[in-house]
Amino acid sequence: MRIERHPILTFRRGRRVKFFFNGREVEAREGETIAMALYAAGIRDLSKSQKFHRPRGLFCAIGKCSSCLLTVDGIPNVRTCIIPVKEGMRVEASEGNPRLADNVPPPKKFMEPETHRTDLLVIGGGPAGLQAAIHAADMGARVTVLDEAPMLGGQLVKQTHKFFGKRQLHAGVRGIKIAEMLIEEVRRRGIEIFSRTSAVGLFPSGEEKVVDAVEAERYLHRFTARAVLVATGAMERYLPFPGADLPGVYGAGAVQTLMNTYGILPGERVLIVGAGNVGLILAYQLMQAGVKVPAVVEALPRVGGYFVHAAKIRRQGVPILTRHTIVRAAGSGRVEQATVAELDERWSVIEGTEKTYDVDVVALSVGLRPSVELLQQAGCSMRFVRELAGLVPLRDRNMQTTVEGIYVAGDASGIEEATTAMLEGTIAGISAGFYLGHGDEKWQERLERARAELEEFRDGPIGREVKKGIERVLI
Amino acid sequence: MSEEWMSRGYITLEELDGVHPLPGRERLMEGPVAIPECPQEIPCTPCREICPTGAITMERVNDPPRVDYSKCIGCSLCVQICPGLAFFMVHLKEGKARVTMPYEYLPLPRRGERVRLLDRKGEVVGEGVVVMVMTRERSRGDTAVLTVEMAEELAMVVRAVEVMGDE
Repeated sequence: MRIERHPILTFRRGRRVKFFFNGREVEAREGETIAMALYAAGIRDLSKSQKFHRPRGLFCAIGKCSSCLLTVDGIPNVRTCIIPVKEGMRVEASEGNPRLADNVPPPKKFMEPETHRTDLLVIGGGPAGLQAAIHAADMGARVTVLDEAPMLGGQLVKQTHKFFGKRQLHAGVRGIKIAEMLIEEVRRRGIEIFSRTSAVGLFPSGEEKVVDAVEAERYLHRFTARAVLVATGAMERYLPFPGADLPGVYGAGAVQTLMNTYGILPGERVLIVGAGNVGLILAYQLMQAGVKVPAVVEALPRVGGYFVHAAKIRRQGVPILTRHTIVRAAGSGRVEQATVAELDERWSVIEGTEKTYDVDVVALSVGLRPSVELLQQAGCSMRFVRELAGLVPLRDRNMQTTVEGIYVAGDASGIEEATTAMLEGTIAGISAGFYLGHGDEKWQERLERARAELEEFRDGPIGREVKKGIERVLI
Repeated sequence: MSEEWMSRGYITLEELDGVHPLPGRERLMEGPVAIPECPQEIPCTPCREICPTGAITMERVNDPPRVDYSKCIGCSLCVQICPGLAFFMVHLKEGKARVTMPYEYLPLPRRGERVRLLDRKGEVVGEGVVVMVMTRERSRGDTAVLTVEMAEELAMVVRAVEVMGDE
């Protein structure tokens, strides 16, 4: 089901197109990805697990996991959440371990990648990557941006709430609007953009860095750049419990993508697990889309997100059950019920406190972890830092990693928020500009200002924790 | 600081008064006055930046806002702009209370419409009448704002409304 009216968003939908799923005709709207269009058509069960043939639905909806892999026009293992539908496309769930069909000719650009040369290659077109691209381009660098998604903006494109901060840093403006502004700035500068393009390898080779990337799961590109910024964001964490693999158990971000990016109703009633900012904001966004939220459960004794986000949903009647967890999801082939229970001081379920809700979706907002695979593979020194929510690269005050010319910014450098990602991107972009031989004193001042703003922003209880973590990775 | 409100998701009136003393009855009768319900350190300053009289102050970017009630002119700009939807305005007038609050749901109630009144816990505490509707387009903060008239004793209790629909 598609959302027709929304208090914040207007959905511009493309023309109707038809494609086939397991031989059955499905109608989609141009601009939707395959997995989103299937969801809108009521198809939640995308494939079966290899061994036990359990139904599989989507999980992250931003190309970071393997939950929605299907065979598309003969090519197996396509991440259908980020590949747009096309008229006549044939999509199939594959049994077992799918192989490339014999009658699929190798793509022309497969053996010989299309080659590109640039000064700064930005991997990830979210708030960090776009700010870096804008600043480096203004200093005179040639900048190229890669992003896996069909559109730029990263996760800003689904943030309908107004941001905190100072007004000069877009406070009071909705994330979706900030995304539009950043994309417009990037376009105006003529920065080269490759969307639907995933970087799959980062190879430092002396002064140069080589990045191999795959466009639309099909075409190979090879980029040679003097500097690379890895701004690949984060991935949602998973929580194991009985029934956790049923279609209907999704990452909170996936629910936002369905609802806010594509205007597709995720369900009728959604239980949210985790009362951090993502979970609290999701509850509010679901209510705005007319979806019922029977409860938000949180295993910790207190809300992990900002109080104001909690107050906003609480006063509209959504219970926030702290010291509660999900114990199971149940249903025939999809989520139909979810059971929660209270936890004691030792994190054990208290007998007799179980409550069962009739819900068709369970949204997990149990944290994010930095997407650092490219940095690791490139040989950057890494460290596990609890305050930054996982394994992150060591870096200096300019956001340069231990490999000269490779920079990091945003959630890939430690989980934080979009405002800090934009500031880190600004710092990384200006630093990369200097590294490439551009910029003058004015840019030095601009760099100092971004550092001061970041410092100021991190001066609260959440920021102080982050700063503790950063101290452990600063070189 | 125990911050009990972080385990509940709502704050009580007593706790709120402890964080930032609330305006007295006399001030509420003089004219609409802004009341922040923002007890936690957040790196956020739009309310202070938009206030035309300098009534809202915070020393550091992360400090909770403080309102000098004597300087507040009841313009509602802070209610419109607050990213956390945590600013309200209260006015006691002719034996009734008028509470001004942000509203980001559909349908937007019309002027004169009866709505259900909810407290900070989301419990229904009565019915009121919408006396002012500022649409998103007219708001300086991209958020619609409602003023709802209700029984005087609900002035500091009601912080949300629900459209009744066709029951």
